[in-house]
Amino acid sequence: MTNALQPPAATRRQMLTRIGILGGSAALYQAMTSLGHAAGTDFRGAPALTGAKRGTRVLVLGAGLAGMLAAYELRKAGYQVRILEFQNRSGGRNISLRGGDTLTELGGATQKVQFAPGNYINPGPWRIPYHHQGLLHYCREFGVELEPFVELNHNSWLHSSTNFGGKPVRYRDYAADFMGFTAELLSKSIDQHKLDEAVSADERAHVAAAMRGWAGLDADGAYRKGVTSSLRRGFAKPQGGGVDGAPIPSDLFARDEVMRSGLWQWLAFHERLDMQTTMFQPVGGMDQVGKGFTRQVHDLITLNCKVSSIHQDDHGVQVTYNDMANGGAVRQESADYCVCTIPLSVLSQLDIQVSGPLKAAIAAVPYASSVKLGMEFNRRFWEEDDQIYGGISFTDQPISQISYPSHGYFSRGPAVLLGGYMFGPAAYDFAGMTPAERIEHGLAQGSVIHPNYRKEFRGGVAVSWSRMPWTLGCCSMWTEQSRKMHYKTLCAVDNRIVLAGEHASYIGCWQEGAILSSLDAITRLHKRALGAA
Amino acid sequence: MRPAILLLAGLVAGTTLATQARADSASAVVGHLQPLTDGASIYQHVCQGCHMPDGRGAMGSGARFPALAGNAKLVSADYPAYVILNGFGGMPSFAGLLTDKQVADVVNYVRTHFGNHYTDALKPADVAAQRPAITPEEE
Repeated sequence: MTNALQPPAATRRQMLTRIGILGGSAALYQAMTSLGHAAGTDFRGAPALTGAKRGTRVLVLGAGLAGMLAAYELRKAGYQVRILEFQNRSGGRNISLRGGDTLTELGGATQKVQFAPGNYINPGPWRIPYHHQGLLHYCREFGVELEPFVELNHNSWLHSSTNFGGKPVRYRDYAADFMGFTAELLSKSIDQHKLDEAVSADERAHVAAAMRGWAGLDADGAYRKGVTSSLRRGFAKPQGGGVDGAPIPSDLFARDEVMRSGLWQWLAFHERLDMQTTMFQPVGGMDQVGKGFTRQVHDLITLNCKVSSIHQDDHGVQVTYNDMANGGAVRQESADYCVCTIPLSVLSQLDIQVSGPLKAAIAAVPYASSVKLGMEFNRRFWEEDDQIYGGISFTDQPISQISYPSHGYFSRGPAVLLGGYMFGPAAYDFAGMTPAERIEHGLAQGSVIHPNYRKEFRGGVAVSWSRMPWTLGCCSMWTEQSRKMHYKTLCAVDNRIVLAGEHASYIGCWQEGAILSSLDAITRLHKRALGAA
Repeated sequence: MRPAILLLAGLVAGTTLATQARADSASAVVGHLQPLTDGASIYQHVCQGCHMPDGRGAMGSGARFPALAGNAKLVSADYPAYVILNGFGGMPSFAGLLTDKQVADVVNYVRTHFGNHYTDALKPADVAAQRPAITPEEE
């Protein structure tokens, strides 16, 4: 919460102390949350809906997280719920691929995943920020075990094709030098009286002291090769034991190249609210979340239903679909209400009977393209040769990054890493390749970071979200204009139909968006149903 | 129009610049791209991921990527140019990625390939007149 005007700090602290003493830590947490501290996303707890009119039927379209959560909470509230799902599996974009899985994309290319037992890749969501409290709440409620996901690794690589001889540099080395040189420049400006007019003498002294301590400057405000800088960026000869244990400090990078390379952008990346530690992942693959949700509502789900039309009148909703498990037979399902979680990229092409403005909203949200490469190697050379345990190496090549598994450390045998994760133009490009070409580019570009890439490579799978028949893209992409014009309409209950999913949230492309959108949609639908004659 | 569009346009030249990151995106940086020097290369690197190498599109779960082969809507060059610049349904706007010349190049390419034989070429100046102001949301 941004407060331009600080309230009197002592007063607030006194008040929290008093609550903490009287009400215990739970009361303190609640109080802190309501005062704007400690808040995560906008999750305010499970909705606890009650009192549905007996026999009221709700049809949910889509068995992703939004749809399954809607079904779970609405059944608890007393509704008769059924879910129709297009795929032959539940979970939606919450998916993991393992050895034996088959993936057929639009255009017909089929990939058979051949990972060793126990290995997997998460082609969709793969990490959960600590403040996505809605998703984390249901993971806990549904028994989904979580483990840390390593986002930031100081020993990972940063790579610029046009700087540092085109060779990757350690995050640690670069971060130390970027901070050191930046602090030195500020320190020099103060020493040379360049800031005298803008900053008071007291504050200049505070800033100078902060720069020395924060960035490892010498007493004179210089960032230079020595023990202090090497205790941040690492030594040329590491600290050892015994007679020859003395370390040798490492050389610094050239300041102009540090600045010119633009690698600071990866430092900034980890500072985004979305990417801050602690991050989590489910033990055994992201699809454990979908499986946890499925355990709650599996008896409500009918798979292989290709919806073609969604109609409504004053009495109810009628959905027509092809039963793909029975030769595409045309079937109809009626209900009093409908929660539709079908991605807008698909829904905008279906026959749906809603108001003109809602139709316009459904057609106004394009979908991003994204590609992920899951690549299996004979051994964990990134750990064994490079001391990289989890985290991400970044590159300005199209693959953008290599992310190392945050589990199974030090184990022997094959392991899978994320060999590329593209959005935007690079994703369009990779989507247009055959799966084999995508993997080949992944190998060629990854070899620049890890020279033994090809030698250790076993096999891979390349998932293009544009080519997934059930989403035709990765996730929703709002613009400032479309948000202003269409967002509220998209979320509003349209007579008997309400939409839900990450597309109906401000946390687009994250599972938390699907969770919060679903809870909000069913809360409003429930209110509508109770108010209806 | 805000700098985001211009930043993206700069990417085509191969510079590395910060753009808005998608929420759970790879990164805040888009790296070097393939050169998009003519209609064929633009189609290959930007369009065929959805519209397919043969221009026949694809059919998904009750929804599709439209074919460009034999598509009567291509009779007017302004129509594909409009869709490329503004997006359509699930298809994003490419106004930020492609220059006027690149839009014209790829429109002319799809209108003379995949069995299409239109002879009137779109000019970059025609594209410039159609450019929308689209501001991607900061995420």
